[in-house]
Amino acid sequence: MDLDEPREHVMSAASSNREIKLAEIISPQTTRARVAVNSWQEATEFAGELLVSAGKVHSRYVDAMKRVLQEIGPYAVIAPGIVLLHARPEDGVIEPCLGLITLATPVPFGHPENDPVDVVFALGAIDKHSHILALQQLANMLGDELSLMKIRSATEDGELYDILNSQNHVIAE
Amino acid sequence: MRIATLCGMGFGTSMMLKLFIDEILKVENIKAEVIPWDLGSFKGQQADIVVAPMDMAMHLKNVQAQVVLINNLIDKGEIKEKVLKAIQDQLST
Repeated sequence: MDLDEPREHVMSAASSNREIKLAEIISPQTTRARVAVNSWQEATEFAGELLVSAGKVHSRYVDAMKRVLQEIGPYAVIAPGIVLLHARPEDGVIEPCLGLITLATPVPFGHPENDPVDVVFALGAIDKHSHILALQQLANMLGDELSLMKIRSATEDGELYDILNSQNHVIAE
Repeated sequence: MRIATLCGMGFGTSMMLKLFIDEILKVENIKAEVIPWDLGSFKGQQADIVVAPMDMAMHLKNVQAQVVLINNLIDKGEIKEKVLKAIQDQLST
């Protein structure tokens, strides 16, 4: 076995209380409901540009997110209708961030099972561990059908942000 | 037992998978180490079970471990069913 080297950054993050919460990486500025786009490229650019405008990532990060989808495949479509876009910290992340757009009309991302997509998250991480709590809160929210239904039915930006911001539940230790 | 979760970057999708699997293992009282990897770094590594998104299958043809492919990465039911079956397979061999 070659996995004997524990990934210490992962281990220490689990016991650290300096982890960033979901509420700290979302922003009204980077949350938009019912956006009209025609392709996965446009959806990715729109979500990415929100992060750029808010000063969270450099513009090259948007290209990097698109490149990841093209090079590694559409696995970022993590569930039916939901994509979690991201690239690497060194691709231009300024501070940890999570943008969310919902789409007026779903678009295909090239995933065999989970297309078309109408919920687009764009994650910017500064390292491999500090966003784990936020990711856990996000996963919990997406695993909850009621929350997901609320996200999909929100028609106003502020409404969508409030739904995200109300997610403070953490899996009990 | 070692379980590797994979994605392209090693901290988004694979981390989310790790979090769900850790939770399942805790409930089921199964001891296993779950480590998130990015696809590039994982090449040449070994694990008993590899858990990855379904559409990554083509990248995993040469992997020695038992491969578990997940379609809906936020569906705890799908993850639990497939991962527990793989663990049982491993324990019975």
